[in-house]
Parts: sequence; structure tokens; C-alpha cells
Amino acid sequence: MTDKDVAVPAQSEPREHTLRHHDGRTRSVLVLDREVPYPEGKLIVSRTDPTGVITHANQAFVDMSGYTREELIGQPHHILRHPDMPAAAFKDLWDTLERGVAWQGYVKNLRKDGTYYWVFATAIPNVREGRVVGYTSVRRKPSATRVRECVDLYARMRAEELSA
Amino acid sequence: MTLQLTVSPDFSPDHIAGWYVFNTWLQRQLGVRIHLELYDDFDSQRRAIAADQIDLIYANPYDAAMLVREKGFIAVAAPADRPDEAVIAVQADSPIQCVEDFQPGVRVAVTRDPDVNLIGMIMLEPADLKRDNVVQQQVSSYVLVAKHLLLGRADCGFFLKEAFDDLSGPTRRQLRPLVTSQISVVRHVLMAGPRMREHLPALTERLMGMHTNVTDGGPRVLEALGLRAWERQEQEDTEFMIDLMDTLMR
Repeated sequence: MTDKDVAVPAQSEPREHTLRHHDGRTRSVLVLDREVPYPEGKLIVSRTDPTGVITHANQAFVDMSGYTREELIGQPHHILRHPDMPAAAFKDLWDTLERGVAWQGYVKNLRKDGTYYWVFATAIPNVREGRVVGYTSVRRKPSATRVRECVDLYARMRAEELSA
Repeated sequence: MTLQLTVSPDFSPDHIAGWYVFNTWLQRQLGVRIHLELYDDFDSQRRAIAADQIDLIYANPYDAAMLVREKGFIAVAAPADRPDEAVIAVQADSPIQCVEDFQPGVRVAVTRDPDVNLIGMIMLEPADLKRDNVVQQQVSSYVLVAKHLLLGRADCGFFLKEAFDDLSGPTRRQLRPLVTSQISVVRHVLMAGPRMREHLPALTERLMGMHTNVTDGGPRVLEALGLRAWERQEQEDTEFMIDLMDTLMR
């Protein structure tokens, strides 16, 4: 996936962003600078078809996203895309999965209400009879140390992307 | 030919007799000879699986991938309402209030139960703890995990939630669950190997009706196993669990 922001106007909260996704579609999102803690002991699990459209969401995914299950199923997984995430991270995710290899990384996700939550995500291809039929993504509670590192790293990556 | 049934070595000791009763029931239902072989540990059980000695297994989810992908096993059924959840517990008066309070070098009492240990370590990750910066103390039962905690030999312990709940009242009151997993889809699965194929339709039918069929003693056998009922486990359910376990093992 090659999602890319096209504008990040400097605004006070709530900030409005326009996200441009790899398929050319754009989406305006409102972003609040407020973190929702990751739920203790839970795994957030979703599955997509080979094009990244959500086909399964467990209850923890529904709860943390702020959407209903009906709103999630059938939507592209980038419905969770937070504008602070660099496009390069998602490009790396999809490039890795398309090589048939698992991807892991720290991700800042956007909730429906504009708040956010951090996860440590693992995504793997679902191979059935030698064919990739979709992808499974499992998110778990991240290390606060690694999240702090990623905040800085992703900010630098975003700045480079916007200046390019 | 005598087929061979085995049970994941992490089953509750309270249910050893139950598995023998189940095996007797199963032989009567299917009209075939089945020998129940119980192994002391996962390593010896895995050696038996590798040597193609096992035909039916109540398997730990950790071994499901190997059984399906390397040995051609098919999932038949799973116990209803019995997901494998893990508990990280500390002494009741421990100053530790959340996982993030732990520091590298923390002493963790564990059993050999592979899925509980995997989930337990995942719940320690937010504290930047991994296998290489914790001190694992492996013991042979959850009662001994509790004993290690109470004697101060360990700072925390990993429990199967069911085993934690089954600890005696006095023991449980001296411990405090710090975090409990809520994964829901990881659970033990009854799996059949290639030599069981011809018996699969009958096996599935008997297991699905076991909780209601009083005349053949099904409910009584289930009670001896500590189970309420069997649920059908479709192959895709198992593939999903295998994919999920795969993400957790990385």
C-alpha cells in the first residue's frame, strides 16, 4: 500500500487531515491528540482479503477502533490509518507481505473518534494450498520504550515525505 | 490394528481417570481398538508424533501447526467454552502493580505448557522483557508455580487460567492476578491423523452428540473430562488458530 498524506495543516485540536490512499481515494479525518490505552491481556485480530479489505474483526478490534463490526467489514484496512504514520511504513508492510514474509512493526492507529492507540503488529500471509488467500494481523500491547522511539522516528520520516 | 490416542501433557491431573473413561467410551462408539498413551512431557509426545505412532490427539494449540502441516492431521472437535487463557500472578502483597513495574532479571516461575508460556511472555513484552532478560524457573505443575511464588523463589508466575482458578482457596488468596489474557480463539483441539480417516464421520457424529446422549453415558464421560461439550472444529478454524499462533511465535 502506498498511502500518502497530501496536506497536514497546522491547526489546533481537533486537527483535520486529508489522507490520500494508494488507490487515489482521499479521505478527511479529524485527529485528536489523545491516546486510548491498549486493553490489558487482549489481542486485536483482523483478517483481510488479498487486496487489504477487512473480512474479519474480533471484538477487541471492534472495541478499540470505535467502529461497529458492520462498519469495518468490507472496508480497506487503511480505515485505521493515522496521519502521523509515514507512508513508507505501510509500503514496507505490503512489500514484505507480497514477498510471502511476515511483517512486524509499531503502528499508531486512528480511532473513529479521532483519538489514537499504539500497537505492536504482526501481519502474515494466509496460505491455503499454496495460495495466498488473505492476511492476518495480530496486534498486541507495545513496549512504551519502543513507542517513544517510533514517535521520533516516524516524525522524521513524515517530515521527509512531506518535503519530498 | 490398534489405534493410539494421546493427550497433551498439560491436562489437569484431576482428569487422568477421565481420559481412560473417554477411551473406553470411544472404542465402544467406533468399534475399534484404541490404546491411550499418556506422555510425561511434550518432548516425548512430539517424538511419538514424529514417529507416526499417534492417531488421535487432544493437542495443545502450540502443536497444531506441526500436526496439520507436517503430519496431515485434521481437526475434529474442540471443547466448548474452554479457551486457553494465561494469567500472570504475583504474591498478593507484592509491590508490583502492573507488568510495566517488572525490571530485567525478573524471576518467572513457569511450567512446560508451551501455549501458556508463549502468551505469558507476550504479556511481559510491554515491560521490554523477553526470554533473554528474564530468569525462567521451570517446574512440573501449576501448584509448584504457586509454591515458588509463595516461597519468594519467583517474582511472578505463568498459569493456565483454569489451573489458577483451580488452586485451593488459601493458596489463591495469597496470590494476585496481575494480567489475564482474553484471546478467546486459542484452545486445545482434538485432532485425527491419517489412520483415523475412515472413522472420522462416526467420530464427529458421536462427539457432537455426546453431551445430550444420556443412554450411551456421554454426559458422564464429559464430566469426568471436566468438559461441558465438544464443538465442531472446522479445518479453517484450525488454520485461523495456526495463523494466529504463528504471529505470536515471532
